[in-house]
Amino acid sequence: MSQFLEISGLNARIDADGQEKQILRGVDLSIPPGEVHVIMGPNGSGKSTLSYVLAGREDYEVTAGSVLFKGQDLLAMAPEERAAAGLFLAFQSPVELPGVNNANFLRTAVNAVRRARGQEELDAVAFLKLAREAAKTLSMAPDMLKRNVNVGFSGGEKKRNEVLQMTLLQPSFAILDETDSGLDVDALRVVAEGVNRLRAPTFSALVITHHQKLLDYLVPDRIHVMARGRIILSGGPELARQIDQEGYAKFLSEAA
Amino acid sequence: MPVATETKEAVEKLGQSTYKWGFETDIEMDLAPKGLNEDIIRLISSRKEEPGWMLEWRLAAFRTWQSMEDPKWAKVSYPPIDYQDIHYYAAPRSKAGPKSLDEVDPALLKTYEKLGIPLHEQALLAGVEPGEGERLPVAVDAVFDSVSVATTFRKTLAEAGVIFCPISEAIREHPDLVRRYLGSVVPAGDNFYSALNSAVFTDGSFVYVPKGVRCPMELSTYFRINARNTGQFERTLIVVEEGASVSYLEGCTAPMRDENQLHAAVVELVAMDDASIKYSTVQNWYPGDEEGRGGIYNFVTKRGACRGARSKISWTQVETGSAITWKYPSCILQGEGSVGEFYSVAVTNNCQQADTGTKMIHLGRNTRSTIIAKTISAGRSDSTYRGLVRVQPKASGARNFTQCDSLLIGDKCGAHTVPYIECRNMAARVEHEATTSKISEDQLFYCRQRGLSEEDAVGLIVNGFCRDVLKELPMEFAVEAQKLLQISLEGSVG
Amino acid sequence: MNTISPDRSGPLALFSQRLEGVAGAERQQAVAALQRVGLPSRRVEAWKYTALRALGQTSLAAPAATYDVMAARAVLDDVLAAQDTLAGLPRLVFVNGRHAPELSVLSEAIKVTFFVDTLRFGTAAAPDRDPLVALNTALAEDGAQMQVEAGVDAGALLLLSIGLGGQDSTFSFHPRHAVVLEAGARLALLCVQAGQGAYFHNPVTDISVGNGAALEHVTLQLEGDAAVSLGTVYANVAGEGVYDSFALGVDGLLLRHEVHARLGASRAAVHVNGVQRLGATQVGDMTSVITHAAPDCISRQTVRNVLDGHARGVFQGKVLVEQIAQKTDGYQMNQALLLSPDAEIDAKPELEIYADDVRCSHGATVGALDDEQLFYLRSRGVPEAQARQMLIEAFLDETLALIAHEGAQALCRAMLARKGGVGASA
Repeated sequence: MSQFLEISGLNARIDADGQEKQILRGVDLSIPPGEVHVIMGPNGSGKSTLSYVLAGREDYEVTAGSVLFKGQDLLAMAPEERAAAGLFLAFQSPVELPGVNNANFLRTAVNAVRRARGQEELDAVAFLKLAREAAKTLSMAPDMLKRNVNVGFSGGEKKRNEVLQMTLLQPSFAILDETDSGLDVDALRVVAEGVNRLRAPTFSALVITHHQKLLDYLVPDRIHVMARGRIILSGGPELARQIDQEGYAKFLSEAA
Repeated sequence: MPVATETKEAVEKLGQSTYKWGFETDIEMDLAPKGLNEDIIRLISSRKEEPGWMLEWRLAAFRTWQSMEDPKWAKVSYPPIDYQDIHYYAAPRSKAGPKSLDEVDPALLKTYEKLGIPLHEQALLAGVEPGEGERLPVAVDAVFDSVSVATTFRKTLAEAGVIFCPISEAIREHPDLVRRYLGSVVPAGDNFYSALNSAVFTDGSFVYVPKGVRCPMELSTYFRINARNTGQFERTLIVVEEGASVSYLEGCTAPMRDENQLHAAVVELVAMDDASIKYSTVQNWYPGDEEGRGGIYNFVTKRGACRGARSKISWTQVETGSAITWKYPSCILQGEGSVGEFYSVAVTNNCQQADTGTKMIHLGRNTRSTIIAKTISAGRSDSTYRGLVRVQPKASGARNFTQCDSLLIGDKCGAHTVPYIECRNMAARVEHEATTSKISEDQLFYCRQRGLSEEDAVGLIVNGFCRDVLKELPMEFAVEAQKLLQISLEGSVG
Repeated sequence: MNTISPDRSGPLALFSQRLEGVAGAERQQAVAALQRVGLPSRRVEAWKYTALRALGQTSLAAPAATYDVMAARAVLDDVLAAQDTLAGLPRLVFVNGRHAPELSVLSEAIKVTFFVDTLRFGTAAAPDRDPLVALNTALAEDGAQMQVEAGVDAGALLLLSIGLGGQDSTFSFHPRHAVVLEAGARLALLCVQAGQGAYFHNPVTDISVGNGAALEHVTLQLEGDAAVSLGTVYANVAGEGVYDSFALGVDGLLLRHEVHARLGASRAAVHVNGVQRLGATQVGDMTSVITHAAPDCISRQTVRNVLDGHARGVFQGKVLVEQIAQKTDGYQMNQALLLSPDAEIDAKPELEIYADDVRCSHGATVGALDDEQLFYLRSRGVPEAQARQMLIEAFLDETLALIAHEGAQALCRAMLARKGGVGASA
């Protein structure tokens, strides 16, 4: 069986302040269906860049390599086409949309994706019912649906809102960029539970973190260590505990 | 990435063939010869069966106009207009004014049906939204080129004491009211276009709400320019007596044509003690094509007088159409504690130019005004907010808050903010804030990651940007306005 | 789109005799431009709020060939006494528009030539677009041209312009100054315009700030009580250069400080700040046009007005962002405190933007002293006049704190304190 997600020799760079900076330098990674993989690595190793490139952020230029998602050429697709194909990125810092009502945004997104997947669109009543239930499961305050998207949300509320979107959009592949949220244990639990609820033989996830804590709630299948734009080491869940105890230094020097 | 290029191409293909109201109605017209002189004015006046005083008023305005020059201070440019190359009167041919809807030419009814304007009273009542309760009916005055072709719900309104009729009819039927108020807010010689309008105005709406009456339904006028080489010069007068209130809506469309057409309207509002007027506009005149050919010149004078204590006038406008817009709906805040509001969204795309804003003139004590103006420029268009807040020496306790935000889409357009703040009272407080920004890449990407197309994402973000204004619109208009914003900006991303 | 109509019978007539005899191509072109458009009336948009009526009716002659040395020295001593570090600075003193070598103290770090010797007009100011610059071009007699060589930090320089007029005197002077900072050079230029009686002072200053250079330019308008002072500054700022301007309008019948700053290459910065503290029937006008003509530049503007008596304050600030000027960061704030029922503020903060990736904002507020704050202070035992004074000082404080040069900031504070008696409405 072909892999669910197949990244080969991926190179990407960004043009920052007129200077081109190579960030990804040959990433190889395969994720089979039904598995949760974790990428760990020191700051600046390219973890967040990888998530942006997979989601189609245009600031990054892919200079070599390929990404196949369920057999399709992911890199040739627009961000919204990737979303419709089932890819979901939970943002490290969710973007604020002033004046845009959260419920309206969610419904527009859900229906855009449903339309693209050939599913029937939800009317306002059906959608609200669904959204309210999902919000309740996430212990979100009911008024969060009425507020503007992420505007004035606390860190925890933003995370819950991301998970709410994930729940409603029903992705088959979720990327969770949790680089900076390591210290808020409650928020981590919300994210982990959100992923756990979606776990199924047809759902995979890629979690970016550098904290063992998240992995206590989320039992991963594989751990990958990323450094200087490449995956330098892969292993089972025990690798995460080892890193947590010994730090990255050892692995980095071995790889060098 | 190749992805981006493809999206842009797809978006560009949408082009600007999106003006859905650009069709033409084939109907037999009664057309005055081109040109403007005293004879034409006499012709208009006699066609309208006007009393002598009205003709004299028009002729005086015409003489004033002849001594004036068109204003040059706005940030818009266009070739000189040949005022002798315009038909000043165009009306669908019919034997006499229709007495009821059944007598209206079916071609006209069909036109309004196509525009989504219901002229059948019962048709409206059928529209019930699930769970939202019954939708209130809207009374419509439909103005086709130079004349009003139908006014609905007149009986229901008359029972409440509200007069809602074409102004040409009001001049004949309610001459005292019209004489008393016409030109009292916008004098004929106020500016070049108001003088022109005063000389040649053909139709428009008249609303009178007597003391203590809350108008039982929304009133609306729908303006349609159809004939070629004509100008539309409508005149609207709304008088609301003590303790009374009304909400009035105005919509406009025109066929797609290569030549420019002139629309120079005058709107006057009068609010007495504790009266309130809410005036909403969705302006969707044909904007011209992507090369800037054709489109309406929309040169409009709108002004409200808050004459009574605690009176309130609120202007809400969504301006998406017209090749050129020159428009400053204003409030004269004379009554103590009176309130003026101006909520505006102005969208320009392709080669459109807009110079629009408001004037808030604080004369009375404790008068308050709020200005929220949202400007969106795309394509090669130019959009200017121009506003005046003036506090006169007697306006102690006056208060103004102004917020102007501009959004630029693309680097070939311009967005400008020109506020004038003149304060001559120490016990007044004036605050003005303005920002200019663009839609951030972060916001666009976030929406697209959630599955929205680039166009939908822009639409959503723009609607969010305009929310403070759109929420001021009555429900029916708000939905229409949101769609309109999106359509107006189609093809602007990339 | 200003409609400029010829105004030969208006203020321009005051100069007609002097304009007839000018020599030299540049001056003659300036006269031609002036005769075409006249001096601005209020129908000209840039002069909408400021009329030149204060110039009076009688024709304005050139100043007398000699001046009262004792009186000039008294003005100089008075300025130096206001702030004790000033006496130690190098200085250039002009009296009625002409250099007074006996009162000046030169510095080696600053190369100074005089307009009277060079007749160099510079390139930044535009006589064809600005009638007052044209008037200056036609009639300029003298002025200081200051140059700082690459990489040199020239410290501070006091440029003192003294006007010595009588109560009904009718003369005018039109100094033509220039500042050139070569790459990496630094200078703090303190322009003090002081005087007595009536005169018309119309200086034009042409400034060039080189790559990475920094000019701090503080202007104090302490003119004679019946004087009209209309200064125009044109500044071109090169890449990573900084032009930091501050103007203080205090004394004079009609004051206008007009700055045209152009950010010509990336990462340049311009600050155009100011304070107007006016009373009686004074009119003060701060007008600026900041043009972002390159990407990644910053402009900042904060102007505060305190207006008493029948005074009228005018603020006109335009920020123009050209299409090329992506990543512009512009901020502009004008605030006014009205202390009297007859005071007036007219403000026109203006944004004209042709680039999409910009962050520009402006704001304006007008109001009176806060009654609650006043009451709070009085309830704590502060007498009303003093409480008002405290609140006025608080209102101006953070704007004055924007003056980087300590001596200049102290001088501005001292001159504002002298204005004194602000407690009672005049």
